[in-house]
Amino acid sequence: MKAKTALPVGYEAIQDKGWWLAHRFLILRRLSQAFFLLLFLLGPWFGIWWVEGTLAGSRTFGVLPLTDPFVLLQGMVAGHWPEMTALMGAVIVLAVYALIGGRVYCSWVCPINPVTDAAHWLHERLGLQKGWQPKRHTRLWLMGAVLVVSALTGVVAWEIVNPITMLHRGLVFGIGFAWALVLMVFLFDLFVSRRGWCGHLCPVGAFYGLLGTGSLLRVSASRRAACDDCMDCFAVCPENHVIAPALRGQGAATPLILSPDCTNCGRCIDVCSVDVFSFTHRFDSHIEAPKPPRPEPVANKPAAGPIPEG
Amino acid sequence: MSAANAPMSPQRRRFLTDTARMGAGCAVAGAGLAWLATDSRALPAEALRPPGALPEEDFLAACIRCGLCVRDCPYDTLSLAELGSDGPATGTPYFTAREVPCEMCDDIPCVAACPTGALDPDLRNIDDARMGTAVLVDQENCLNFLGLRCDVCYRVCPVIDEAITLEMSHNDRSGHHAVFAPTVHADHCTGCGVCEKSCVLPEAAIKVLPVRLARGSSAEHYRKGWEEQDNHGAPLVDGLIDLPDRLPGPGTDNLAAPGGFEPAFTVPGAGQ
Ligand code: SF4
Ligand code: SF4
Ligand code: SF4
Ligand code: SF4
Repeated sequence: MKAKTALPVGYEAIQDKGWWLAHRFLILRRLSQAFFLLLFLLGPWFGIWWVEGTLAGSRTFGVLPLTDPFVLLQGMVAGHWPEMTALMGAVIVLAVYALIGGRVYCSWVCPINPVTDAAHWLHERLGLQKGWQPKRHTRLWLMGAVLVVSALTGVVAWEIVNPITMLHRGLVFGIGFAWALVLMVFLFDLFVSRRGWCGHLCPVGAFYGLLGTGSLLRVSASRRAACDDCMDCFAVCPENHVIAPALRGQGAATPLILSPDCTNCGRCIDVCSVDVFSFTHRFDSHIEAPKPPRPEPVANKPAAGPIPEG
Repeated sequence: MSAANAPMSPQRRRFLTDTARMGAGCAVAGAGLAWLATDSRALPAEALRPPGALPEEDFLAACIRCGLCVRDCPYDTLSLAELGSDGPATGTPYFTAREVPCEMCDDIPCVAACPTGALDPDLRNIDDARMGTAVLVDQENCLNFLGLRCDVCYRVCPVIDEAITLEMSHNDRSGHHAVFAPTVHADHCTGCGVCEKSCVLPEAAIKVLPVRLARGSSAEHYRKGWEEQDNHGAPLVDGLIDLPDRLPGPGTDNLAAPGGFEPAFTVPGAGQ
């Protein structure tokens, strides 16, 4: 293990790039999550009805319909052919996420993400074991099972337990006991399985992942030559198996993170002190030549105090 | 040289066990979910669906639980069922007549709002809605049945004189008053629940029930002779002998007085 891997995650990035650049996408992402939630809450809380409905289906400014395609798909296999409005809403959502990456929904919109991120943060703080780690593609299987159950029972099956829409609907319309489900997800991620829910089980994430298989917006490790093996990106990435092929690729191997599991959260861009990663499009596979090594940080920052613990 | 004796390659074995494990896991999770899904079909009797709602089985496949119908209802009639605290399937729209009934808006905004067709856009006239059927469930407490003139359920009905009428009959208790029985005619009742909401009793004597509970059904092969005769212009079966009607009670003698009572006494001198 290199000495650098022993530094707290993101420490170097803060030292070298400053706090903002080392947290930029994290902050933007939290703002985005809050923004999308607030859009729905403006109505019930302040009487400003710009957006009505829930994540499952909504109407913006009285005209723009948006529908969750996975919910609609379950309804369709359950035997109902929806009206035009819902279909149009789903097509718009499909098109947007196919373009920017399906799992952008997971990291920039989904209200459960802050919950599982909080669970992960606490998990790390408490130094817990990673626990049960089902295979990543378990969620694909679950997605299939959800569709089969919808078809067999004629009910939009996942909506009976879906913590995402439960939490969202709960905040917008009234929560009932849905908070218990959310708490279950939190505890599951905290004690049973590190990053278990979003990373391994959630069939909604699986659906959006599939949807973003060919998405345009991608993270590229184009400056991978500069990588100093601090491992911080692996530590922060919620789907860290996606990084290695791009970062450790040799020669002309693409530096693009092409796995549909990548959530385009941009956290790897934040924590990399040597700016290996950047957002780009999927056809931009250029690899930057290594830069001359940067000067020793000690020379730049003689005043830097001892490294804080934890 | 059979391949069956050859040891399975480790990759193949791993693949097969992984697949089996995943399949079994999904079967367990799926069975649990299917159980919940089946369970969610049980709609409590006091929960009514919005106007135009598809039959419950279809509705649960169609409704995406977006809440737009709830938002567009001007009377705040509808709400989305909350997990664990309300009966209907989580997140689906419903109303309780005794709390806030449906005011039967002419433009049916809830149906217009529904993006999926879970509320049938073919419902254009709110009078055709069948959210349930009102039933006067408690004649023993209904004030009108007791011989008073409450009439409230009748007067508030948006389809007054069609969905609900007052049927007059003799008041046996007082002997010289009438009973005005509120009587629902299911063909016209929309199930809006205004009558149930307005019933003055602490617990409504008239209640809107889901149609499946409120109504029986006639067997398909039953024919009502009198209707058939009207349509046909003549009895359906020719050569039917019209037997005299035998009436109950004392003093009936069909032979002496075919089709009716024999007078209990005769006025002296009459018929002479
Ligand atoms: S690779 Fe980067 S952008 Fe993709 S999920 Fe991991 S940290 Fe987020
Ligand atoms: S008809 Fe009017 S009052 Fe009745 S549920 Fe629809 S919007 Fe509400
Ligand atoms: S608007 Fe339609 S899909 Fe949405 S909650 Fe109401 S009935 Fe369900
Ligand atoms: S529910 Fe009651 S008020 Fe409404 S139409 Fe039927 S009888 Fe009339």
